[in-house]
Amino acid sequence: MRIENHPILELDRNKEKEITFTYKGKKIKAYQGETIAAALYAAGIRVLKASSKYERPRGLFCAIGNCSSCHMVVDGIPNVKTCITKVKEGMVVEEEVGKGDIVD
Amino acid sequence: MINTDILVIGGGPAGMTAAIKASEVGAKVIIIERYHELGGQLIKQTHRFFGSKKEQAGIRGISIAQELTEKITNQSNIKVMTEATAEGYYEDDVVTVSHENKFKKIKAKKVIIATGASENMLAFENNDLPGVYGAGAVQTLMNLYGILPGEKVIMVGAGNIGLIVSYQLLQAGVNVEAVIEAAPKIGGYLVHASKIRRSGVPIYTGHSVKKAIGESSVEGAEIVELNENWQMKEGTEKIIDADTICLAVGLNPLSDLLIQADCEVVYTPELGGDVPVRDENLKTTNQHIFVAGDVAGIEEATAAMLEGEIAGLKAVSEIGYSNQNLFEELNRLKKELEKLRSGPVGQVIKKGIKKVRRGNYVGKNRYSHLR
Repeated sequence: MRIENHPILELDRNKEKEITFTYKGKKIKAYQGETIAAALYAAGIRVLKASSKYERPRGLFCAIGNCSSCHMVVDGIPNVKTCITKVKEGMVVEEEVGKGDIVD
Repeated sequence: MINTDILVIGGGPAGMTAAIKASEVGAKVIIIERYHELGGQLIKQTHRFFGSKKEQAGIRGISIAQELTEKITNQSNIKVMTEATAEGYYEDDVVTVSHENKFKKIKAKKVIIATGASENMLAFENNDLPGVYGAGAVQTLMNLYGILPGEKVIMVGAGNIGLIVSYQLLQAGVNVEAVIEAAPKIGGYLVHASKIRRSGVPIYTGHSVKKAIGESSVEGAEIVELNENWQMKEGTEKIIDADTICLAVGLNPLSDLLIQADCEVVYTPELGGDVPVRDENLKTTNQHIFVAGDVAGIEEATAAMLEGEIAGLKAVSEIGYSNQNLFEELNRLKKELEKLRSGPVGQVIKKGIKKVRRGNYVGKNRYSHLR
């Protein structure tokens, strides 16, 4: 959910360009400048990957690129830190299961 | 290979002031930052800084970040590389960096490592469920992207970060169900705690989280009372409904690069974890490397900025740059830092620093086996 009014922050989204990307085949709206994880979160998606051993659901933890809890497959590339990678128009984002295969 | 006088690793408060100081004396500086903008954690700090230092008290973190970023942009001898991650430090003092999907090599006459810290985890059942976040992550979502982390939040930790982030959550319209603190007393300033209490949020001291409840994400938490030995008291469990558990249980210095660069690193609880042995100018046991900010010991942004300035000035002076009052300024900065650490929290920090001061530390380097 996006914050509409805030006592300190100026959140004028009219200034930001709206873009669309795909998550598990679904179209999701985002704003330019947002990270992939933030845009998914705003759309109510909290599970970003499955843990590599027991496949337990995993979501954000640190949101600054330290912890690897938000790794996803982005445009076919595994282990992308979605918390620090900006979302782009037409991006294809998938949940990551396992350790991620090396791309040729 | 990219050559430069000074390489600063980390674009937070410490790294930024280090770069500014070094560039002002005339050195060629490169600053690399993992995120796509400079500022580190300041860019999400909507609260006003407190303390007695007149320059920063009363100013919001986000404004400090803007001001420092502007200064850096205006210095033509600072090159900024964002979305750049330091990958390794080599014996010939080359730092490898991944930047814009390319692998680059940077060789500097001096390197200032200001990589900051990572947030601590807390051990409890289901602590890996989506919905368990660091307090910094909550600030990132909320204050940087304007996205609510949840509707009902349990804050774990009643230090200043836990209290301030609780207040920020309330400001954004989120319900804070409770603040849980393991210690028998609130750790943060009472002025922050009062604000939270006045908003009707209960603060449970002597409590901890026993487990998170939920299948694919957090639906609540079971909290429990602790006895004087920090053990859970059976039969005191209580369930609180919440969709988010926010952990504000301390930070840990990100010293991996220092360990790899052969700097002596010592576990120092007063400073939050593994920190480098250094002299009063923040120079490590590797003659090429200085440190500044949280990686040198967990403190707060004002101290980090002063450390950055000291490290920046000293580093340039060692490679032949100088101006007429460089050493006077160094002394002034050190005095200011000393003054900042005169309170009760500062006493603990100073005790830690004394332990890792070059010359004081005698003992086995716990990472020597890695070499």
